[in-house]
Amino acid sequence: MPLNPNSSFTPLIVAFCCNWCSYAGADLAGTSRLNYPAQIKIIKVPCSCRIDPMFVLRAFQKGADGVILCGCHPGDCHYSTGNYYARRRITLFFSMLEYLGIEKERTHLEWVSAAEGNKFASTMRKFTEQIHALGKNERLEDIR
Amino acid sequence: MFKMAKKDIPNMLTLLGESMDVYAPVKKGKLTNFEDFTEGAELDIDTLKTVKSPKDFFLPQVENLFSATSQGKEINIEAKALRDKPFVIFGVRSCDVRAMEILDSVYLSEPVDKFYEARRENGIILSLACNEPGQTCFCTTFNIDPAHPNADGAMWVINDNIYIEARTEKGENLVKLISKFLQEGSKNEIVQSQTAIREKLNKLPYSDLSLDGLEGNQLLDLFDTPQWEELHKTCLACGICTFICPTCQCYDIKDYDTGGEVVRYRCWDSCMYSDFTLMAHGNIRNSQKERFRQRFMHKLVYHPDNNKGEISCVGCGRCVNKCPSSLNIVKVIKSLAVKCNV
Amino acid sequence: MIQKQMQERAKQMLSLGEVTCVLGWKKGDFSTNPQPAVFESEKDLEDLVYDKYCAANLSKYLVELTKKEGKVLVFLKPCDTYSFNQLLKENLIKKERSYIIGIGCEGNMQVDDDMQEIGLLEKCQTCTKTAHMVFDELIGEELTVRQGDDPFEGVLNLEQMSSDERYGFWREELSKCIRCNACRNVCPACNCRKCVFDNNKYDTAQKVNASSFEEQMFHIIRAYHVAGRCTDCGECSRVCPQLIDLHLLNRKFIKDINEFYGEFQAGADTDTPSPLTDFNIDTDPEPGSVHKRG
Repeated sequence: MPLNPNSSFTPLIVAFCCNWCSYAGADLAGTSRLNYPAQIKIIKVPCSCRIDPMFVLRAFQKGADGVILCGCHPGDCHYSTGNYYARRRITLFFSMLEYLGIEKERTHLEWVSAAEGNKFASTMRKFTEQIHALGKNERLEDIR
Repeated sequence: MFKMAKKDIPNMLTLLGESMDVYAPVKKGKLTNFEDFTEGAELDIDTLKTVKSPKDFFLPQVENLFSATSQGKEINIEAKALRDKPFVIFGVRSCDVRAMEILDSVYLSEPVDKFYEARRENGIILSLACNEPGQTCFCTTFNIDPAHPNADGAMWVINDNIYIEARTEKGENLVKLISKFLQEGSKNEIVQSQTAIREKLNKLPYSDLSLDGLEGNQLLDLFDTPQWEELHKTCLACGICTFICPTCQCYDIKDYDTGGEVVRYRCWDSCMYSDFTLMAHGNIRNSQKERFRQRFMHKLVYHPDNNKGEISCVGCGRCVNKCPSSLNIVKVIKSLAVKCNV
Repeated sequence: MIQKQMQERAKQMLSLGEVTCVLGWKKGDFSTNPQPAVFESEKDLEDLVYDKYCAANLSKYLVELTKKEGKVLVFLKPCDTYSFNQLLKENLIKKERSYIIGIGCEGNMQVDDDMQEIGLLEKCQTCTKTAHMVFDELIGEELTVRQGDDPFEGVLNLEQMSSDERYGFWREELSKCIRCNACRNVCPACNCRKCVFDNNKYDTAQKVNASSFEEQMFHIIRAYHVAGRCTDCGECSRVCPQLIDLHLLNRKFIKDINEFYGEFQAGADTDTPSPLTDFNIDTDPEPGSVHKRG
């Protein structure tokens, strides 16, 4: 779904989704026939705290233009506290990326529950637009 | 023997840049390293030792060997092109010149390393005498004369002039290219400077460092000496000594999958690392003591044994400066020599 | 001279058998280049030195030394005791196998290529650590002086740059890296048994920066992995052969942690949980809200 028919750039976006909420949220978006861009590639993780910063960097290395992380709303973690740890880690990690001069709009974290198919689809649409406006990721890509 | 004004060097290098790549010691911030000499670069021939040695230009830290792509059932392998453009490295010190000769004995003996050979053939080295040898220098231990450097062309800086002497055909051709900057000079004019350098060398702290006790065939004695236990104790197993060393030459070969193709590349390796000598059955050197011993045995014993007694250290003193734990080859030489003199 | 006192005390403890070896600094070939060393006899201890060039953080060496039977007498400067505490907290060294003599420190000197002193080390210019956090006894602690500069000044300056300038700055700095791993191996917080960058079973193993990405990858991940555990001992910047200001990465994390989760100093004690193994349900900011600051 090219957002801008005049542009040939189709961003590649990797979404890390928690198995217990946002992944189910994506399912719900699908079964509800909601539209969201096809260039979002979802990777399922058991919990948002499973997301290693290295995963995010590797996604960029292999050509992703944006990375979005999704987990259960604070308080709703399947494992009680996983997303609280994730919140701290990701906060610091995003802050570091910004410090290194990587565009802060390239990364995003959103809490999406299993019931929020609508929110999932709209978040993904919005994020894709954002990356689209930003253009290709050049600062973190492996140039080999 | 020719001479030219020191202030003309940047222009001279720019002229050379029209027909070849030019690398020279360039100062960036507080660091001086051999780099591409491009417009605006700050030439720095006063700094004695660059952090990295110029071995990079013949044995780059990383280089691609070939790439493989698949189309259906066909696999296409494309070798990376060999270096075919000439280049000159300006201002290499005597020790680093000798280091290149040591690398030659490894990479140009059978089987010849084609990538290295191509660079060697295209590379022209202009060496520079060391007017102010440093406190950590001990090149004289290896019979290197910093007052009379080898290479394709040798240079001496004396006051506002720089004297150039071509030593090889490559050097002579290079001199022709820059002839408009040159005037005739005489050998006598550099003699005084050479004497001064040699006097300074005699006063350096390591001037009396001797290899006595390391000569002869005593491989096993040295290998088993209890000194290693003592020497390695505070080694942190980083690779700093191997990467700044002008003669360390080991490399590793790795593959990288870019998705569309697989690139095989080689990169410097360090015998200090835990996966050096890691093989299918496991690793033969499992302790830091063994790794530490390997590095120095290679330099002081194995390499000379295989190369007519040529020790693979040039006394540049980089490791003396940089080791985080202040370990270095001088300490090893001193300790081993003591052992053998007893 | 406290060097004399240190020698005497070490000899005494060694002769009484209270310790099996002594970890200190040994006289080097140059007065400006003492070497961290393990002393096992009273005779060896004649070579023990302590002066403004003894910059190495000896805590790191205890990781290997306390694996062996026996007790190590170790001399720690105030900043080194933070690393000791942190290692203790991570169960990497054994308190009962070490005897700490805290020693005073007036700041350590940086040495140039010609072994000449060229002023205080960065870590000492911005020293905030004037007291020993853990010790069995003290020698010359009254010598310790605080040097004064704000450790976060460099981070602040960078934060005020535009994103493009910051990217340019780091590109320039990190491209100098030769991946000698000295920063990693000298770091008391870097003590994984197998570093992810050495692990050939995982395709992140990198021996070299084959692309500009890998330079960033190594340094981001390394700084991130020590976040909340880095005591800001400054060893990484001290040993970097290419003079990369690596402390600017670590201090960014320290600064962020202080701002988001309250003041925290790694190694100040052995009980407070590290900010990254802890959370606060109500007050932790969301990543998005932090982003909006910039």
